Amino acid sequence: MPLLEIANLTKQFRAPDGSNHEVVRVESFSLEPTTQVALRGPSGTGKTTFLHLIAGILAPDSGRIVLDGTDLTMLSEAGRDRLRAESIGYIFQTFNLLQGFTCLENVLLGMSFGPGADRHRAEELLRHVGLGERLHHYPRQLSTGQQQRVAVARALANRPKLVLADEPTGNLDAASGASALKLIRDGCAENKAALLLVSHDPVVLGGFDRVQDLAAINRPLR
Amino acid sequence: MTLWLIILRSLRQHALSTMVTALSTALAGGLLMSVWVVKHQTHGTFTGMTGGWDAVLGARGAKLQLVLNAIFHLEASPGNLPWADYQEIARNPAVALAVPIAVGDNYLGYRLVGVTTNLFSDSEYAPGKKFRVEAGGRIFDDGFREAVVGSFVAQQLRLKVGSEFHPFHGLNFDEKAQHDETYVVVGILEPSNTPADRVLWIPLAGLQNMSGHLAEAATDVSAVLVRLRSPIAGQQLDMLYNKQGNRLTWAWPIGQVMAQLFDKIGWFDQVLALVAYLVALVAAGSILASIYNSMNSRRRDIAILRALGARRRTVFSVIVLEAVAIAALGMMVAFVLYFGILSGVASVIRARTGVVLNPFQPDPVFLWAPLLLIGLSALAGVVPAIKAYQTNVASALAPES
Repeated sequence: MPLLEIANLTKQFRAPDGSNHEVVRVESFSLEPTTQVALRGPSGTGKTTFLHLIAGILAPDSGRIVLDGTDLTMLSEAGRDRLRAESIGYIFQTFNLLQGFTCLENVLLGMSFGPGADRHRAEELLRHVGLGERLHHYPRQLSTGQQQRVAVARALANRPKLVLADEPTGNLDAASGASALKLIRDGCAENKAALLLVSHDPVVLGGFDRVQDLAAINRPLR
Repeated sequence: MTLWLIILRSLRQHALSTMVTALSTALAGGLLMSVWVVKHQTHGTFTGMTGGWDAVLGARGAKLQLVLNAIFHLEASPGNLPWADYQEIARNPAVALAVPIAVGDNYLGYRLVGVTTNLFSDSEYAPGKKFRVEAGGRIFDDGFREAVVGSFVAQQLRLKVGSEFHPFHGLNFDEKAQHDETYVVVGILEPSNTPADRVLWIPLAGLQNMSGHLAEAATDVSAVLVRLRSPIAGQQLDMLYNKQGNRLTWAWPIGQVMAQLFDKIGWFDQVLALVAYLVALVAAGSILASIYNSMNSRRRDIAILRALGARRRTVFSVIVLEAVAIAALGMMVAFVLYFGILSGVASVIRARTGVVLNPFQPDPVFLWAPLLLIGLSALAGVVPAIKAYQTNVASALAPES
């Protein structure tokens, strides 16, 4: 049984001129548990909106998103928030760390909205991504590569079933990108989480067994 | 715990505006508590400060002036009354104790009050409390130029047993109006926290016969302090002196007479309270403005929290609780400010009247003023909290692709 099943998903936004602009139209997409899939998608193909829909950050206009047996489209916003906190890890291109919080606090905060803050696990995860000596550093005191590693630790903290990664290496140099990608993939494998990664970087995509073109899945009406 | 961690970090990130808004709340809270306590305690103290007396008998005039002059040693005497009037009231079977006083002189601005020694031997300035002289001193002898000095005067003028002084004529100090007589201090009163602390007490005859005073008034007294056997007698004597007679004034009961003073200056309290309430509103407004203005820069942080699974109501609560935390911080400083203000006011009131205010005396305002300010601040926090609640997570996190 797939971990993630998407059917007839649509999402449109209102353009400044008042017209409706469809960004997502996915007829069918699925992802098996613990698998790692990369979606190839350049800018403007609706990849972030697609991931936001899966994460429950956005509500679709129509269609179904079933995650681990739960239909997100039937949940209230608070229900989607809870599901996201408990079952989904999200890694952003721009890391999205809270600047006023230390590395450890960033991870603990992510946990606190889910099953609860577990300081020992948070420290363990940060050690695992090579930041054991920087638990109490603030994001501004870290390199971009280190910041992304904190984001990886945060995404894995709640033992999610699905990790969404939106251009996770887009802001990193080649070496840091490769290192971050390895951490993400290994972390998902160790935590038995499925990974859905979106990127347009051939180097990143080259490491995946299953790579799909987002344009082939997402066909919005123009 | 999570909420408070977020709030603490936010307060730290916006430390300057947190400090300024907390200080404005502190100012409002400090002022509000000070105004309220000064109002309550002065009203309670002045209307309850009878010095152990039920009434004052004096020359025809305003009751308030008579009480202020005879009990609080403020204001000018409305005039004198003959010795015979003192004897008559003292003999009245309804009267338990009558003590004549005479005023009209000062020493370096502090009042000399001529009195008979039964003030010290028979009267109680509060239930069970008599005036006591500090060790090494004694009460003056009626026939001598001796003085017993109130504790506050002794402290201010550095008078001690054996000190000598020349009185000055009049209730206000004029260095050209010095009397020839020399008085010697024979006793210092223990502090009573009453107006008696700021008086130099001398024998009644000494003040009556001071050089330069009118010889024909040498047996007159300024007022008679009266303690009654029963409160009903006060009504009868009121009828006798105030309604049937037209020569003397019977100021009774003293607390009620003093209450007239507060009726007259009640508007002043209201103005002060209004100012304090306005400052409270401004403080709440500054909390609103400060948090609201920071919302744009916090939009992304709020979106990140939401992306991590925080619900809308969580971010709403964070903002409201942040306003509450600022107000609570302010109220902690407000208590320090309050003690500062009240100590200053208390020392002025003590110096001017002898009445002591106690900044540490429990008052309901210590509960309701913080609650009011924190409540107002929470309300002020609702506006930016609504903005946080409405944050569009997707657009705040990243541009649409």
